[in-house]
Amino acid sequence: MTVMEAGELVPVLAPGSADGVLSLLWLVIALPLAGAAVLLLGGRATDRWGHLLGTATAVGSFVLSLLMFLTLLGREEDDRQVVQHLYDWIQVGGLDIGMDLLLDPLSVLFLLLITGVGSLIHVYSIGYMEHDPRRRRFFAYLNLFVAAMLMLVLSENCLGLFLGWEGVGLASYLLIGFWQHKPSAAAAAKKAFVINRVGDMGMATAIFLAFVTFGSTSFTVISAGAGAATETTMTVLGLLLLVGAAGKSAQFPLQAWLLDAMEGPTPVSALIHAATMVTAGVYLITRSNFVFEYAPSAQTAVVVVAVISIFWGAVIGCAKDDIKKALAGSTMSQIGYMMLAAGLGVAGYAFAIFHLITHGFFKANMFLGAGSVMHGMDDDVDMRHYGALRAAMPITFATFAMGFLAIIGFPGFSGFWSKDKIVEAALADSWLVGLAAMAAAGVTGFYMTRLFLMTFFSNKRWQEGVHPHESPKVMTFPLIALAALSVLGGVLLIGDWIVEWLSPVVGEEAHHEPPIPVLAVTALTTLTVAVGVAIAFAMYQRREVPAEAPTGSFATRAARNELYGNEINEVLVVGPGRGLVRTSLGIDRHGADGAVMGGAAVVRGLGGWLRRAQTGYVRSYALSLLGGVIIVVLAMLAVNL
Amino acid sequence: MLTALVLVPLLGAVAVAVAPAAVSRVLAIGVSVGAFALGVAVLLMFDTGEGMQLTETVDWISAFGVHYALGVDGLSLLLVLLTVLLVPVVLLAGWHDGDEDPKAFYAWTLALEALSLAVFLATDVFLFYVVFEATLIPAYFLVAGFGREGRSSAAVKFLLFQLAGGLVLLASVIGLYVVSAQQGPPSYLLSDLMQLDIGTAAGRWLFAGFFIAFAIKAPLFPVHTWLADTTERATPATSVLLVCVLDKIGTYGMLRFCLGIFPEASQWATPLVVTIAVVSIIYGAFVAIGQDDVLRLIGLTSLSHFGFITLGIFVFSSQGGSGAILYMVNHGLGTAALFLVAGYLIRRRGTTLISQMGGLEKATPVLAGLLLVAGLATLGLPGLSPFVSEFLVLLSAFDYAWWVGAFAVTGIVLAAIYVLWAYQRMMTGPTPATVEGTPDATTREWMAVAPLMLALVFFGFYPQPLLDTANPYVEGLMSHVGVTDDAPAVPPGTAGHEEDGE
Repeated sequence: MTVMEAGELVPVLAPGSADGVLSLLWLVIALPLAGAAVLLLGGRATDRWGHLLGTATAVGSFVLSLLMFLTLLGREEDDRQVVQHLYDWIQVGGLDIGMDLLLDPLSVLFLLLITGVGSLIHVYSIGYMEHDPRRRRFFAYLNLFVAAMLMLVLSENCLGLFLGWEGVGLASYLLIGFWQHKPSAAAAAKKAFVINRVGDMGMATAIFLAFVTFGSTSFTVISAGAGAATETTMTVLGLLLLVGAAGKSAQFPLQAWLLDAMEGPTPVSALIHAATMVTAGVYLITRSNFVFEYAPSAQTAVVVVAVISIFWGAVIGCAKDDIKKALAGSTMSQIGYMMLAAGLGVAGYAFAIFHLITHGFFKANMFLGAGSVMHGMDDDVDMRHYGALRAAMPITFATFAMGFLAIIGFPGFSGFWSKDKIVEAALADSWLVGLAAMAAAGVTGFYMTRLFLMTFFSNKRWQEGVHPHESPKVMTFPLIALAALSVLGGVLLIGDWIVEWLSPVVGEEAHHEPPIPVLAVTALTTLTVAVGVAIAFAMYQRREVPAEAPTGSFATRAARNELYGNEINEVLVVGPGRGLVRTSLGIDRHGADGAVMGGAAVVRGLGGWLRRAQTGYVRSYALSLLGGVIIVVLAMLAVNL
Repeated sequence: MLTALVLVPLLGAVAVAVAPAAVSRVLAIGVSVGAFALGVAVLLMFDTGEGMQLTETVDWISAFGVHYALGVDGLSLLLVLLTVLLVPVVLLAGWHDGDEDPKAFYAWTLALEALSLAVFLATDVFLFYVVFEATLIPAYFLVAGFGREGRSSAAVKFLLFQLAGGLVLLASVIGLYVVSAQQGPPSYLLSDLMQLDIGTAAGRWLFAGFFIAFAIKAPLFPVHTWLADTTERATPATSVLLVCVLDKIGTYGMLRFCLGIFPEASQWATPLVVTIAVVSIIYGAFVAIGQDDVLRLIGLTSLSHFGFITLGIFVFSSQGGSGAILYMVNHGLGTAALFLVAGYLIRRRGTTLISQMGGLEKATPVLAGLLLVAGLATLGLPGLSPFVSEFLVLLSAFDYAWWVGAFAVTGIVLAAIYVLWAYQRMMTGPTPATVEGTPDATTREWMAVAPLMLALVFFGFYPQPLLDTANPYVEGLMSHVGVTDDAPAVPPGTAGHEEDGE
């Protein structure tokens, strides 16, 4: 039931208990978890059919999720939140944390996205990883990821969410470093985990603060008490959550790991680093809407971080020649859009989730498409070695085109609807933010067109010995499915369905009209995109693209270097950190140990004196001291006897 | 019953010493399994709600009020179980560690087990002191006799530090007698001492003696420097016994004696102790990051972990107390796994230097997996048991003062760095030709650490059995000290929305 008072916009979570088909909720997580356990513990015995089991558990989870969704759809709006208590997890004093799952209109959408896109990517990986001797292990990690991600979105309390949060971090670590014989992959994996841990520090502290403030980590309890806490507390809580969200979602200033994460196999980039895990930060903020609604300053901070990230990612996307890294820059930028919408509050949550879902479709589609291209180009990722691939890979080309049209916001495609809504909501909130969002749409048009043309059009720049070919059916089927979703994702908006659907969770607001007519906003955005596309067309289609990257201006070089994010981290964090390690080591050798061993030297001097008088070795001295203590004890015993 | 638990490994040690060297190993493993069975029997006889039980009290030196008194409560039960579990695991894992002189190695190991159990079971302070000091004898011979070059001087350093602590403790123990004798017939029984009115000044002095001894034992900054030297030189098996069992005496003593006998002084000292604990957490982690010797690295991570345990103890809350006790158990499981798997790798590669390993994952995927799980446990990954205790300690630290929590929480980032960086350098990268064909874990090797891995996962998802054991003890201690948990700022039920009602 949703308790909504007059004049109050923030709904309170009040779930009923899971019954009927919903009581199978735990199985949605348990299936892929069991898959991971069997594949990891089963060892080589499971090599032959491991990929099939892994895919089957993901698909099974999807079927269950679909059942859950249809069940909720058939229920009254007030009856769409259910909780399933599995067991008591941690009970100490006033702290009582259960293993509790919450299914509501928000989490069920994620269930569909994770298991749906997840299943398609499992299928795709059967083909993509066919020749890898460790394919079974790959599927085990993918299953582990799906289970952890489902835990993240289903948990009813912050700590269970944190369990999933770190679980997806682990899966991401294992999969980025999957080809561990490459030092660059191993380093990227560690970097991703460590930067995420910085975010997790914020997340963990937020949980502590929530417990100290509300005496509970349950979303239900916190949402009920949120209005009674001070605004300062809620602002701090919101900012801490934002730190956590920035780490997981690669938002400024914790973005540096995402581009390196492209070292992982491409299906991983599609599933984890595009469609699902990296969007967890947006989920976190939407889930904690009851915190942010009482913390306007924290919301402003979310918007600022979002806008910086939109441009930061877009600029990187414009300059990278590595197809996966260009897409990764784009991911950062698109998540910025979602963050922006989430930062707008009640007016934006639904659109954040809407864009998250459509982005999940079209970005997964394009990543898998990029994987298909690499598959045909001997794993070359450099777009300067591509060109004119549309004839050699017709299915990949056609499906990629759908994703491309969706992301630039071509009218009618899914991305058009979701991005347009965010620009509209941003304009209604502030001119500045709205115009920024609109301008970034133009940049998106530019870098995606550049990528698309360099890969499928322009002049042939294939390296010697490369014979591009279309991928097998097991890989093209998921591409076709995702392409269809990229085109049709917009249906979620028909009759404002997604807004209505989510309103029991995130609240609903009387519609704010943007300062200019909605149609004008749409037209202006589309025009901006067209300009971006036209510039890219002029630069990369009308002119020959060189196979070697030109030196470029300072701006180009900066963008290629990810705006020197790594160098900034190096100077601000890594360098001082190394200094601290060195200092600590110095202290340990000369200070702490020195002081104590200096004391020991005095003893030793004393020992030297004793040595002459007595036996001769420090060791004997020490042992005799021990012996002396024991004699004292024995003497006391003797006295008594 | 409890006497039997102590006597089995003790007599086992004697038996190993007189039996032919050829059967030492089998005999010792048999005895340690027997002790484990007895430990399980104690667990079955234990009633969670009951406080100190299975007590045995016999007058020993009545002139000083000294008793031979044993008993077990939630706190000691967990540490007893940890000890009896770790010894057979260590003997199985360190199959070849005692090859130089099997008789001595196995006899001293069992003797150390017996004395450690006695320490955790003693309910008379004097008896505690005697066995506390006596553990040094087997520990010294294990460090000095087995391990690598330089172990003798490491053993001496170990012994000097411990003896220094022991002497300070002795002074305080004698002081307790004086106070006790002033207020009637003297008694060293813990239950009597807890009722004693010690007086503020005397209490603080005596507390200092106890605390210093336990801080050296645990160890905490700045008296930790024996730790890294010892773990670097000793065998991994010995290091497990030292760090995972023997060092727990330090934090066990803080709870049992510092808080138990000197509640006022403990609260008085809290700001200083909390500072030392936080410095230990951060400093230990930084020093660990910079190590190239894997055994030294693991030793130093324990400095960080003991900082967490001490922090949990001295913030005086039910979450902190139970978290600290859980931390002792979980640290024992996780760090033991880390030491033992590192030992497997060292035996294969013939070096302890991280920089000279590398590229092992391809040749030995099972060992790599075991090392990674142990490492993830050490860095506190949710889903593995150390997370639960670390979460509880950090939560209570934040509750105590937000900035203490904020400092301590940086430990989770630093832990990720020292674990994953070491893993990256030891396991990943191209496989050198010399590493190709390195045998993976043998059945004995993975069987030895399997119980640890199972416990890490099981208690990560279901820590309630441990908490149910620790909670009653902590509740008793909190009410003895006279503190209650802070109430939340917005107690559940005071919803801002519902003010205007229906």
